[in-house]
Amino acid sequence: MSMLSFEKKYRVKGGTLIGGDLLDFWVGPFYVGFFGVTTAVCAILGTALILWGAAQGDTWNVWRISIEPPPLSYGLSLAPMNDGGLWQMITIFACGAFGSWMLRQVEISRKLGMGLHVPFAFGFAIFAYVALVVIRPLLLGAWGHGFPYGIMSHLNWVSMIGYQFAAFHYNPAHMIAVTLFFTTCLALALHGALILMATDPKRGETVKTGEHENTFFRDNIGYSIGALGIHRLGMFTAINAAFWSGICMIISGPFWSESWPSWWNWWLELPIWS
Amino acid sequence: MRENLNIFTKVQVAAPDYAGVPIGEAEEQRVGGIYHSTFMGRFGDAQIGPIYLGATGIASIITFFIAFFIMGMNMAASVDWSPIEFMRQFFWLTLDPPPAEYGLSFPPLWDGGWFLIAGFFLTTSIMLWWWRTFKISQNLGMSNYLAWAFGSAIFLYLVLGFIRPILMGSWSEAVPYGIFSHLDWTQNFSLRYGNLFYNPFHMLSIAFLYGSAVLFAMHGATIVATSRYGADREIDQITDRGTAAERGALFWRWCMGFNASVESIHRWAWWFAVLTVLTGGVGILLTGTAVDNWYLWALERGMVP
Repeated sequence: MSMLSFEKKYRVKGGTLIGGDLLDFWVGPFYVGFFGVTTAVCAILGTALILWGAAQGDTWNVWRISIEPPPLSYGLSLAPMNDGGLWQMITIFACGAFGSWMLRQVEISRKLGMGLHVPFAFGFAIFAYVALVVIRPLLLGAWGHGFPYGIMSHLNWVSMIGYQFAAFHYNPAHMIAVTLFFTTCLALALHGALILMATDPKRGETVKTGEHENTFFRDNIGYSIGALGIHRLGMFTAINAAFWSGICMIISGPFWSESWPSWWNWWLELPIWS
Repeated sequence: MRENLNIFTKVQVAAPDYAGVPIGEAEEQRVGGIYHSTFMGRFGDAQIGPIYLGATGIASIITFFIAFFIMGMNMAASVDWSPIEFMRQFFWLTLDPPPAEYGLSFPPLWDGGWFLIAGFFLTTSIMLWWWRTFKISQNLGMSNYLAWAFGSAIFLYLVLGFIRPILMGSWSEAVPYGIFSHLDWTQNFSLRYGNLFYNPFHMLSIAFLYGSAVLFAMHGATIVATSRYGADREIDQITDRGTAAERGALFWRWCMGFNASVESIHRWAWWFAVLTVLTGGVGILLTGTAVDNWYLWALERGMVP
């Protein structure tokens, strides 16, 4: 059975955004709904196109398979299927699948009487992807500026873009994004550890309380953000990590085309120094 | 909808000072006073302090400031003690490790000696702080998940500045202390060893780093979205499951066909965060010691397109 012991009473009608109760049902553990269908269609078609593209290529080595975007010469026009058109189709289906997945999360949230925090947060992950394959290529005037869909090929792309700007680590938005990723990882370790320290204490000890959680952090660093606060903080840093990742790519090229180290010259030239 | 957001705490209860769970005589080490901030209370907990210091806490803070002071004075010396130039060039200032010719010997102070002394005090400070995390858990009868997670981060730190330089036979391999200089070090390290993106442990570390952000976005958002059912009281939800935990679990079950429990999501969280630094440390440790060029390493294994 795919239903949990307490699940039945939660499986109620309603909460859909579109289609009334036409697709308001479950398949196994999955909720379907209108956007479940569109997710499935987009995901299956996108995956099939990736497989078809791989079949056109010269390898089935999973590291080397790559679906390349069209050459820059096609600009913003549609490219032939075997010359980047496949990449364009896959990008469209990916955006469709991600967007549908987010709207499906909205429907499930409504059904369960939850806030819309999860789809809101997922929206920022979608933004980071769209920034790379839609917004930046549009601003630069060619779909060829998107990244290739392949394990090693997308790493090569990241390297190449980084060295185009001499040292990408000097990109201020990249600095913010990396800092937020590290901070999120640190906060996740601290939070995960704290809950396990309280509920999985040493042998012979009883389970601890929320006061122990607060006391541990006050003793350790002088402040405990609290049980609700840590989830607000984690959500905030994670969302911002994705947001600034998108920003750091959007500004690279469309708004700054020299080396990123030279961007910092404004600081050296501030009038306050003289 | 709006009452579901709960991004800020709108109604705050003015709570009395709470010194913390009683821990017997060790309570004398709790110092610094207790304050209440309405501003902090809007986001998290309003109470600030006290802090448990003790001898190791004080020693940790002192050694940290010695390291900080050495770095600052070396940077100030590099701009001829001009406060304006210190601010102007702050991001570019650096305290560099000794040049390669000194190997593992102790160089003159002005040629990397101060770097080693600063590193010694910084490491001492971190180790003392690590010891504190064990001590504080012990006082409270809690287990040591946090201390061991911190230990894995210390592993990465020691690999970068201590273990790998020793294996390579030179302190010059260590990471410099400076904003831009440590970024330059990172890029040069990658270039010197044939692009770190081809290092499989670097791949794993990045995957866990991004995975940590995804997990915290999912977990944080789930808890805040069900906070009106009391989801933030996670210990209660683990020991006596309520509707908050059931809704949070069903959300992911219906969304992706799988759900964690309130307890297990924190085990996922702990492992993702810990593996980020552990795999990262292994990747650094192998670079230049076992593998000289990650590009060629991947090429030989048929991974390069």
